[in-house]
Amino acid sequence: MKLKSLLIGLGLMAGVSLAHAEEPFKVGFVYVGPVGDLGWSYEHDRGREEMQKFFGDKVKTTFVENVSEGADAQRVITQLAKAGNKVIFTTSFGFMNPTIKVAKRFPNVVFEHATGYKRAKNLGTYTLRTYEGRYISGVTAGLLTKTNTIGYIGAFPIPEVIRDIDATYMGAKSVNPDVKLKIVWANTWYDPGKETDAANALMDQGVDVLVQHTDSPAPLIAAQKRGVRAIGQASDMSKFADKAHVFSVRDNWAPYYIKTVQQVMDGTWKSQDFWGGFHDDMLQLSSINPNLPADVRAKIDQTYQGVKSGTIQPFKGPITDNTGKVVVPAGHTLTDEELAKVNWYVDGITDKVPN
Amino acid sequence: MIRIQARTEPSSLMKLASPLIAILCTLIFGCILFSALDKNPFQALHVLLIAPLSDIYNVGEMLVKMGPLLLCAVGLSLCYRANMWNIGAEGQLLAGALGGSVVALTFIDSESVLVLPCTLVAGIVSGMLWSAVPTYLKLRFNSNLILTTIMFNYIGLYLLIWAVNGPLRDPDGYGFPESALFSDATILPTLVEGSRIHLGILLAIIAAFIGWFILAKTHLGFQIRVFGADEPAAKYAGFNSKKLSWFVMLFSGALAGLAGVSEVTGPIGQLVPNISPGYGYSAIIVAYLGRLHPLGAIVAAVFLAVLYMGGDLAQIEMGIPIAVVGMFQGVLLFFLLACDFFIRNRLIFNKPITH
Repeated sequence: MKLKSLLIGLGLMAGVSLAHAEEPFKVGFVYVGPVGDLGWSYEHDRGREEMQKFFGDKVKTTFVENVSEGADAQRVITQLAKAGNKVIFTTSFGFMNPTIKVAKRFPNVVFEHATGYKRAKNLGTYTLRTYEGRYISGVTAGLLTKTNTIGYIGAFPIPEVIRDIDATYMGAKSVNPDVKLKIVWANTWYDPGKETDAANALMDQGVDVLVQHTDSPAPLIAAQKRGVRAIGQASDMSKFADKAHVFSVRDNWAPYYIKTVQQVMDGTWKSQDFWGGFHDDMLQLSSINPNLPADVRAKIDQTYQGVKSGTIQPFKGPITDNTGKVVVPAGHTLTDEELAKVNWYVDGITDKVPN
Repeated sequence: MIRIQARTEPSSLMKLASPLIAILCTLIFGCILFSALDKNPFQALHVLLIAPLSDIYNVGEMLVKMGPLLLCAVGLSLCYRANMWNIGAEGQLLAGALGGSVVALTFIDSESVLVLPCTLVAGIVSGMLWSAVPTYLKLRFNSNLILTTIMFNYIGLYLLIWAVNGPLRDPDGYGFPESALFSDATILPTLVEGSRIHLGILLAIIAAFIGWFILAKTHLGFQIRVFGADEPAAKYAGFNSKKLSWFVMLFSGALAGLAGVSEVTGPIGQLVPNISPGYGYSAIIVAYLGRLHPLGAIVAAVFLAVLYMGGDLAQIEMGIPIAVVGMFQGVLLFFLLACDFFIRNRLIFNKPITH
C-alpha cells in the first residue's frame, strides 16, 4: 500500500516536473474573420504574433479563424480549453455567451472577451477607446471638408458606434461650426460590396470626407475614385488609396496581450473591464498623408497629443443630445461604464439613433 | 478523343470500389499537401478525420453539428427525388429559428411545459411558410424554383437581421444585435448529462427514418420515385404532380424549420444574427452524398460534420490554416463525386477520325 502510493507520488512528481520542463505556457485565440481580412481579425492576429515574439519559447499560441458566432463558437472555445490553453482570448462580441458558458466549465482557465459586457471570476473583458481616434478623425475631417459635409459609415447601431459618431461630430464641430454629419448604416462589420455602396451613397449627398466604422478598405478605394478624402480604420490602409487616405487609426492589441499573459503567468491576473487608447499605445495614428496641408498636419498632431495626455476629453460635460436633453452635466466626464451605454446623438447631428 | 458514355447498367465493380478509390485519392493528395506544408501528413489526416470521433465530448459535438445538416438533407432528398430543385433550406432554417424565437421570447416569463412544444411548432410552421411561397409561385406562375428559393434565403436572412436588431433585441443588451437568453422552459432538454446533445438530434434521426418510410413504403413515396425517374410516365399514370410538389416542399420546409428552431432552443439558447454557418447549403452536399436516400443522409451528415469539426481541430492541434483545410475538404468531395460519376458513366477512348 505504502509502496504503491510512493510510486504514484513519484510518478506524479516526474510528470509534473516533465511538464514544467517541456511544456510552454499555452495561449489560445478565437477570431470571427479570416486572419487575412486586413482589419479586425488581422490586427488581433498581429497582436498575437507580437506577444509570441515577446515571450519566445515560453509561450505557445494557437488560433482558430473564421469561427461562426452560432453554435460552433462554444465548441471551439471548449476545445481550446481542453487542449491545455491557460489563457483564451475570444475576439468578437458574438462570442460573449459561449465564452461565459465555457468559462463556467473551466474555472482554472483565464478567459478574455473583447468588446463584451459580461464578466466572471475567470473572465475579463477588454476593448478600445475608439472614440479617441474618432475625435481626431472628426477634427481633421472638419478642417478638410470643403462642402462642410462629412460622412460616417456605421456598422451596427450599438453603443460603441453611436459613441464614435458623437465623438467624430464633436471633433469636427470644434474646428468647423458649420459642419454637417451624414450617417449611412452598412449593417455589417466587413463587406466590401456594401461598404462601397454606403460610401457612394454618402458621396452622392455631397460628403467629401469619409469616416468608416467598417473594416474593409473598400470605402477608401471608392473615395479615391471620386477624388475625395477618407480615413482608414483598424489597420494601416494607406496602400489602398495613396491620394484619398488621410491617416489610419490602427488597433494595436499587442500591449494588452503581453500584459495579460504576463499577469496570468505571475498569478496576478484579476477579472476586469479594460479600456485601452492612445495612452496605452493600443490605438495608433499611422501613415499621416504627406499631401495634407501643413496647418492640418499641425492640428492633427496637437489634437493627438491632447487626447493622448488626457487634456482633451471628448465626453466631458456639458453635453446636450439632439433632443435638447442634458446627457452629460457640466463638470462630469463619462465613466467607462457610462460610455458603454451611450445611445444618443449629440446636439447638431440631424439624424435619429435607429430603433 | 475522349467521350463520356452512360453505362446501361451501373457498374457493380465501381459501386463497391468508388468510395475506396475516392478515399485513396484523397489520402494521397492529403499526404502531398500536408508534406508540402511541413506538417506530419499522418497526424494531419488523423486530426482531420478521426480525432472528431476520438472522445465522448467530440462525438457529442459532432452530433450537434450533424443534427441541422441531417434535418435539412432529408427534406431536400425527397424534393430532389421529385425533381423539385429546392435550394432554400437555408432560408427555411432561418425562418424556423425566427418564428420559434418570437414564441420563445413572447413567453419568456412562462414556466409552462407547453411553451417548448409551441416554440417548436412555430419554428416548423415558419419553415413550411417559407417553402410554401416559392412552391406556390412555381405551381401557379411557373416561376423558376431554384431562383425563388435562393431569393427567399436572402429575404429570410435579412428579416432575421432586422428582427434581432429591432423588435427582438434584448432590451438589457446594451443595444447589441442579440435577443435575451431564452428561459429554461424553452430550452431543449439535453439527452446526455454534461454534453450538448439535445432532443433535436434525436428528432433528426427519427425524421430520417420517417423520410425513408415515406419514400420506400408508401404509395406517396412510390409516386415521388416514379416522378423523379420518369416525369412523363408519372403524368401518364395520372399522378397528381401538384400534390406531390406541395408535399415534398412543405415536408422539406418543416424539417428545415425544425432544424432552425432546434439551434436557437438548443446549443445557442437565444436568437443571434449568425444562427447557421450555411447548414442549408451544406445539406445539398449531404443529400447528394447520401444518394438522395434519407438513411444515406445520416451517414453523409455524420461524414460532413466530422470534416467540419476536423477543420477546427486541425487549426487547434496543428496550426493548419483554414484555407488549407477548406482545400482538403473540397478535394475530398471532388473525388467522391467524381468517382460516383464513373459508377454511371464511362470514358470511351476513340482514335481521332481522319479523312
